[in-house]
Amino acid sequence: MSAAQIHIAGVHKVFGQGAQQVVALQGIDLSIAPGQFVCLLGPSGCGKSTLLNAVAGFAPPTSGRISVAGQPVQGAGPDRGMVFQEYALFPWMTVEDNIGFGLKIRHTPVAERNVTVDRLLQMLGLSEFRLRYPKDLSGGMRQRVAIARILALDSPILLMDEPFGALDALTRRSLQDELLQIQAQWQKTVLFVTHSIDEAIYLADRVVVLTYRPGTIKLDLPIALPRPRDSSSAGFNELKRELGAVVMQEQQRHQQAEQRGLAID
Amino acid sequence: MAARRWSTRTLLRGLWLPVTLLVAWQGAAVLGWLNPQVLPSPWQVLQRWWVYALPADPYDPSQSRLTWLLSGELVHDAWGSLGRVLAGFAIGAVLALPLGLLMGASQRVYEWFNPLLQVLRPIPPIAWIPLSILWFGLGNPPAIFLIALGAFFPVLMNTIAGVRNVDSIYIRAALNLGANQRVLFTRVMLPAAMPYILAGARIGMGTAFIVVIVSEMIAVNNGLGFRILEAREYFWSDKIIAGMLSIGLLGLAIDMVMAALNHHLLRWHRGQENDA
Ligand SMILES: Nc1ncnc2c1ncn2[C@@H]1O[C@H](COP(=O)(O)OP(=O)(O)OP(=O)(O)O)[C@@H](O)[C@H]1O
Ligand SMILES: [Mg+2]
Repeated sequence: MSAAQIHIAGVHKVFGQGAQQVVALQGIDLSIAPGQFVCLLGPSGCGKSTLLNAVAGFAPPTSGRISVAGQPVQGAGPDRGMVFQEYALFPWMTVEDNIGFGLKIRHTPVAERNVTVDRLLQMLGLSEFRLRYPKDLSGGMRQRVAIARILALDSPILLMDEPFGALDALTRRSLQDELLQIQAQWQKTVLFVTHSIDEAIYLADRVVVLTYRPGTIKLDLPIALPRPRDSSSAGFNELKRELGAVVMQEQQRHQQAEQRGLAID
Repeated sequence: MAARRWSTRTLLRGLWLPVTLLVAWQGAAVLGWLNPQVLPSPWQVLQRWWVYALPADPYDPSQSRLTWLLSGELVHDAWGSLGRVLAGFAIGAVLALPLGLLMGASQRVYEWFNPLLQVLRPIPPIAWIPLSILWFGLGNPPAIFLIALGAFFPVLMNTIAGVRNVDSIYIRAALNLGANQRVLFTRVMLPAAMPYILAGARIGMGTAFIVVIVSEMIAVNNGLGFRILEAREYFWSDKIIAGMLSIGLLGLAIDMVMAALNHHLLRWHRGQENDA
């Protein structure tokens, strides 16, 4: 596959200056093909959100290039729909207004907008909540609305920052399945951040493991397990062991770094 | 809390103190302990209030009965005060809102305006009375100017704070969905800051109501504030008290409307802490 959908080349990101300086990302090279589902895995603080924010266009990298569909990223835009860990729904809008917001500000005709919103409400099982405000919804419902809001814009790329992290195991699994279905149906390119090795293997075509400070790519592993995947199968557990060992190494470096930090303080 | 309905018991609990005081006051008056020039009996106040509220002229069949009923002095005064409060508040709030949004959103705009505003803000609206009379003469203009001033600062300060406290995640989400600066302002920052803005509006309305009474005592010759000062000149203590009670009731009504408006506009708000 020649034309990568997302192309990340030599990306560095440094926060702060002098003694406070933190090298969050160092020399990240990553090319993601259209329709590929990539999971970013790594210990807390290794720079996963930083990378996602750079691709989304919220915070440009210190150096390096990021291009999407051949165009360099300049600021945020609806071609890269972001699903935040904190949902980030607009609390003053009802569910249907949240979902329709992107279309509304794009001046999509009302009739067309209603059709899209209705379809998404139905698809994600939100129809009876359409006139509710986010405060009345459960975590799983809110995350569905956040996903619907992005799908309404038909973004070819979905950026998801630990979207299911705060959900219980059952809700999590059903949303994972819905996401896989959506991704397969519409050929979305997905960059998905997670802490969970299990989740990464369940979802991804490819798992990318980051190292802790500086954030570099430690491992780039294709997941060839047939779908739908069975998390109790031998192949799944084999991968889990393999990835677990790699992530554990980084986790230990993380803890040691923290202890050193404490000793210095 | 709006959710709690008035039950008979809470009503009784709330009524016993005022009723006791009224009975004691009336009793003291009947026993001749009070000089009616200084403190008239509640009954006398009530009678005076009735006269104050009653239509001035006898009923003229050529006009509608409602016009006649509303032709009393009290209705005129209350209407005049209310009109001034609303006009002044509207001017103050309409100026404060965009300025507050800009000052909250842009550090540069904030730095331009802040020093001036910090110097003007501690000057009570009352202290502007002499200057406003010099500028605008007597009548409604200085009164509305003062009321607008009184409403301006609470709305401004709260709007600035509201915009500054908008969670940046809403901004990022809106940008991600394709919002431009104008959309960001009108559809994200403004509604996100709304709880603060409305709290400011309620405080501003309270200030405006204080200022209207004071300015009517000085610059205008009608309205509830004017009327109680006029009554003092004739030593009508009963009318003074009737006027004060009217002022209290009008203030209460305005605040209840503001609270209901808050409650409706912030129905999305978590915890609904603006019910009170
Ligand atoms: N705005 C910032 N200013 C300074 N340092 C920052 C900033 N944002 C992130 N960092 C630092 O950069 C590093 C990477 O942060 P990032 O949020 O990308 O980690 P993460 O992998 O997403 O972690 P988590 O799994 O906890 O979300 C962290 O060490 C963090 O302290
Ligand atoms: Mg993160």
